[in-house]
Amino acid sequence: MKTAVIVFPGSNCDRDMAVALEQVTGRAPAMVWHRETELPDGTDFIALPGGFSYGDYLRSGAMAARSPILRAVADAAGRGVPVLGVCNGFQVLTEAQLLPGALMRNAGLNFVCRTVPLKVENSQSLFTASYKAGEEINIPVAHHDGNYFADTATLDRIEGEGRVAFRYADSVNGSARAIAGVLNDAGNVLGMMPHPERAIDRAHGGTDGLRLFEAALGVLA
Amino acid sequence: MKVNVYVTLKPGVLDPQGKAIHHALEGLGFGGVADVRAGRFIELDVADGTSDADLDAMCAKLLANTVIENYRIERP
Repeated sequence: MKTAVIVFPGSNCDRDMAVALEQVTGRAPAMVWHRETELPDGTDFIALPGGFSYGDYLRSGAMAARSPILRAVADAAGRGVPVLGVCNGFQVLTEAQLLPGALMRNAGLNFVCRTVPLKVENSQSLFTASYKAGEEINIPVAHHDGNYFADTATLDRIEGEGRVAFRYADSVNGSARAIAGVLNDAGNVLGMMPHPERAIDRAHGGTDGLRLFEAALGVLA
Repeated sequence: MKVNVYVTLKPGVLDPQGKAIHHALEGLGFGGVADVRAGRFIELDVADGTSDADLDAMCAKLLANTVIENYRIERP
């Protein structure tokens, strides 16, 4: 399994993501700088990490979504390569229109940083197959712009198509219909505000995030 | 040529920052403010011959996120 982590100026969860990928695959991911125009040959899993790419200039994820490497990521996503965007990575995926909707300032205006319960909505996707539908898992969030927005027709469509991967079990940031994670129509791109890479070791306080990587990287126990 | 671009949230999109500004205005004793919506103003200095289509594309592709925002271009 050849994995890659895309690194933007201002990414700050790239190393956590790399630890998670290496822990599960036994092989360190390629760290791919945003100015690159190609992914390493044979890349079969791409992660967009959390952070504050380009200082959140213009809008969170807006500049990163127009960076050279994103064209290669979009091409790979179009070929069916799994792409996981966490936190700022989710914002980048919506700005790049690889996922529907947008992430706005939290309704309460505060930065929210705590472990939150999530409800697994879709346990059939390649990222969520290790969970049971309706199961509650605990994953940390740490964001200021996590308030998911899409128009009513889009929300109805993604719900109808089973593309809501996770919902917040408690009120966190004002997200429409409590959406915490969304899949693309093909099911190979997942964006989520909570950080699964921060819940992969018992020392983190829980390992619910590890199961996502195990499912996505094909090493289900 | 200076071109002004105004980016505003679409009607119906919740604006937490606008709400906070509204609240702060009330805190300062300014009554009678019914609502506040915050947006972004961008000043572009572009070549004189820049077409409307190019300006429109700049807004649609980058300056505004049309999922949540409208934009208005003001030429001299």
